[in-house]
Amino acid sequence: MLITCPYCGPRDVIEFTYQGDGNRQRPQPASQDLDAWNAYVYDRLNPAGDHNEIWQHSGGCRAHLKVVRNTLTHEISSVAFARGDHKAAMRHKAEGKS
Amino acid sequence: MAEYSAFSLLKNALTGNKDWKPAWRKPDPKASYDVIVIGGGGHGLSTAYYLAKEHGITNVAVLEKGWLGSGNVGRNTTAVRSNYLLPANTCFYEHSMKLWENLSHDLNYNVMFSQRGCLNLAHTPAQLDDLARRGNAMRHLGVDAELMTTSEIARLVPALDVSGTARFPIVGGLMQPRAGTARHDAVAWGYARGADRRGVDIIENCEVTGFLRDGDRVTGVSTSRGEIRAKKVAVAVAGSTGRVMQLAGIETMPIESHVLQAFVTESLKPFVDTILTFGMGHFYISQSDKGGLVYGGDLDGYNSYAQRGSLPIVDEVMSEMLALFPGLARVRMLRSWGGVCDMSMDGSPIITTGPLPGMYLNCGWCYGGFKATPASGWCFAWTIAKDEPHDFNAPFTLDRFHRGLVIDDKGQGATPRLH
Repeated sequence: MLITCPYCGPRDVIEFTYQGDGNRQRPQPASQDLDAWNAYVYDRLNPAGDHNEIWQHSGGCRAHLKVVRNTLTHEISSVAFARGDHKAAMRHKAEGKS
Repeated sequence: MAEYSAFSLLKNALTGNKDWKPAWRKPDPKASYDVIVIGGGGHGLSTAYYLAKEHGITNVAVLEKGWLGSGNVGRNTTAVRSNYLLPANTCFYEHSMKLWENLSHDLNYNVMFSQRGCLNLAHTPAQLDDLARRGNAMRHLGVDAELMTTSEIARLVPALDVSGTARFPIVGGLMQPRAGTARHDAVAWGYARGADRRGVDIIENCEVTGFLRDGDRVTGVSTSRGEIRAKKVAVAVAGSTGRVMQLAGIETMPIESHVLQAFVTESLKPFVDTILTFGMGHFYISQSDKGGLVYGGDLDGYNSYAQRGSLPIVDEVMSEMLALFPGLARVRMLRSWGGVCDMSMDGSPIITTGPLPGMYLNCGWCYGGFKATPASGWCFAWTIAKDEPHDFNAPFTLDRFHRGLVIDDKGQGATPRLH
């Protein structure tokens, strides 16, 4: 399986660390909503098909990536930075601004 | 259907083996049953068997999407053991072990249960301390466990690299002598035959496509072979748990589906007569009666419903095997395959009533479901028949995660890929 890192290009899956389900919503740190915390920690959609997930390019640029991968075929339909900010920063750099 | 015996073997041998009857019928589904069990794997079939045998509930259908035993009961590495640390797990798996010890007689079907022992290796003094602690916890609950020294291990498994210069030197190990292996297909077939003889309908090629509901209550299932009603619907579908529960409108579960690979080599002369596990990675190996080494390692590591694995794990498993047995460097691997495991958030199973009225749930087996097959069915049958769990499965609830009562033998937290 190859994952196309937005920084580094297509790389073998062994360079990446799986960080799990990307659908989970982490409550605000001060939140005392137990149901929301429980859902964040334990509950999974676990779809058979397209799955939003987080990977880290730990053997490369170390960026955290948001990947959409099909759990039946392992086909990857999208890779983006987990934080939109990264993308904006890269665009900024590409346009030659400091 | 006739009992299998030395006499029936001889009689059929003398008459050219032409009079054997199929081990179970192929009935069409009836319009309704007392209990429907979804999933014709080891756990579903043993559930049906114990419903009939222990509780006298024989108006039961087992619905299987493919053919009988085509899932994980035919894909595992056949290890049977009860060497856990936490009491809930130890007691449950020890109950399973006791059922295994009499299973061939009970089923009148040879499941080839071979109590050859299971040896966990330690590679550091701290790890050996940890194994001693687990061994003591097991003995405290009446389970057999013995700490072994390196020289005892060298005598037991001569092929093992026990030299101090090994990449991960072996400093000792924990042996459970009563652990062993069984022929996994025979387990599925034996339970199927035993259930069928007591009147259970085993319906293959019958995929559940939805649940029939009366308000919240589950009153049956719609299938590729029509609607079937039942007072009680039991779900035992392992890696497909998420998919089946979504048919019932339950969107999330404390489960992730991951693929686990297993491997077998060409046949060798007797090489290792116990189950051996590596302590510095995730690797386990035993030798089948045919002579092939049967072994496996870790999950591929990311959610998967594909019943096949990827090459990085093949590479890792082979390197672990060679770290233990340098002499196997030129042995040829014959086959590899993958199975979809229902990895729970704490590494322990779920056997419970609910989560909807009229529904019963059995899942979360991670990659230890095979050894649990008898106790899983036994406890699930009890839970279905009496609408309450037996003491053995009372801790294995679905709501334990939200209530802070997790049973985390490995101490890995809510990271299913690490259990």
